Amino acid sequence: MSTSPAPNPASWRSRAFPARWNKRMAWLGLLLYVIYATSIIDVTWERFVRGIANGGTFLARMFPPETAPERMALVYSGLLESIQIAILSTFFGVLLSLPIALLAARNLMPPMVSWAARGVIAICRSFHYVIVSILFVKAVGFGALAGILALIVATIGFVAKLFAEAVEEMSMKPVEALRATGAPFFSIIFLAVLPQVAARFIGFTTYQLDSNLRNSTMVGIVGGGGIGATLFTAYRRFDYDLVLTILIATIILIMIAEALATRLRRIFQ
Amino acid sequence: MAKTEQIHMSSDRRQPALSIKALRKEYRPGQPVLRNINLDIAEPGITAIIGPSGTGKSTLIRCINRLVNPTAGEIWFDGIDMAGLDRRDLRKARRHIGMVFQEYNLVERLSVIENVLCGRLGYVPAWRAFFRRFPEKDVERAFQLLDSVGLGADFATRRADQLSGGQRQRVGIARALMQEPKLMLADEPTSSLDPKTSVEIMELLSALSTQGAIPVLVNIHNVGLARRFAGRIVGMSEGEVVFDGPPSDITDEDLAKIYGGEGWYS
Repeated sequence: MSTSPAPNPASWRSRAFPARWNKRMAWLGLLLYVIYATSIIDVTWERFVRGIANGGTFLARMFPPETAPERMALVYSGLLESIQIAILSTFFGVLLSLPIALLAARNLMPPMVSWAARGVIAICRSFHYVIVSILFVKAVGFGALAGILALIVATIGFVAKLFAEAVEEMSMKPVEALRATGAPFFSIIFLAVLPQVAARFIGFTTYQLDSNLRNSTMVGIVGGGGIGATLFTAYRRFDYDLVLTILIATIILIMIAEALATRLRRIFQ
Repeated sequence: MAKTEQIHMSSDRRQPALSIKALRKEYRPGQPVLRNINLDIAEPGITAIIGPSGTGKSTLIRCINRLVNPTAGEIWFDGIDMAGLDRRDLRKARRHIGMVFQEYNLVERLSVIENVLCGRLGYVPAWRAFFRRFPEKDVERAFQLLDSVGLGADFATRRADQLSGGQRQRVGIARALMQEPKLMLADEPTSSLDPKTSVEIMELLSALSTQGAIPVLVNIHNVGLARRFAGRIVGMSEGEVVFDGPPSDITDEDLAKIYGGEGWYS
């Protein structure tokens, strides 16, 4: 039926693990390109050493962090605005993500509808939120509104995409059973679809709230409001001790947010 | 063992509950799964469809409530042709046909009572379903049905994924009965269950069918169970009905015709 295997042990090994030349070539190609690119863009050891020294001076100028009350008030109001941006953008972003994700799920919708919804999600995902903030700053002016709108777009791009995938992975058996009872479409969504994906949806939402908090500190740099605006001003005025205060405050905020997100997930699951 | 006194009598007509005429189904053009099915179901009690895997039993059952759309033919149920209904009328017609599934098809993350009440979704607006504001009498009946299928009221708030296979199928049957169906379809209701539980589920279906005067159409590949519980057996082979009669009439030749081969049934 088949030819008897060769008695030579070396050929056994090469039969079990055949040489994969295209993989080897890919690694070699990557290595060559890194060497080439490094030589092109003026990365030298000397510059690296000089840079380290500059960085040291910069860090030294940051100490001690600013603690003057009127400056602290500035940091405080900036942080508060960042939190508001994060919460509002997560709330409205998630609210919009729900219907978009259901429309994008291919197991519930005809192809035309799901492709259109997928298009919307793809557009929301295709630009970094900083670029989107720049657009909204141009459109609605400086301030928190631009940041909120930009992060709503980012939230739809993330939550709607993952939520649509969760809906597509659910079991269709309960859906079939409820169809057989003559249930209307929205009853099927409420009683067969949402119960299956609710836990994951809460997970995506808390994760997005967490990352919107981080992102909200960033949109300020391009004019979208929040602590980022304060940070950028401090940089430009060489107020490095204030910069350090803002950085420490931001780190504390993110850590608190992460602890809260874990709590929230536990409550809902 | 199951208490079934509370099931309401729901049949006051004497016309056949279901009449299938020249039913044909092709998933791929030119390759019929069902060729020419003619079947009348009039009497309450269990009618068992037997036949080898892949012969279209499941497709036949799903054509009746249009979970699968037939290619040609008529399906007369309760005075209307199911095959010709648009979406809205189909939804209305489906409310009167209960269905029980091989893998129960419960919503695992909902409670037992919520799963039973899913049988009322055809009658309750979606917003009420969302807030679980089912009419009081529906909830009361759901509790009665839980009792009828042999699960106590203390099962009501348990989550469906905590139940055993037999218990899940009982919930599935209660959900179907919640519709107050004029016809019950059961697609391999015992195939995921052990032999003892299979017998219990068939006993339950049989008792409910008689007491509620509901015709039950069951796909089953266990010939022994079919013979024991069905009042009528329909044998299918290659998309056609090759035997139709009471269990006492079925012979070894008939079984050979249905399943092919010989010697395995002795």
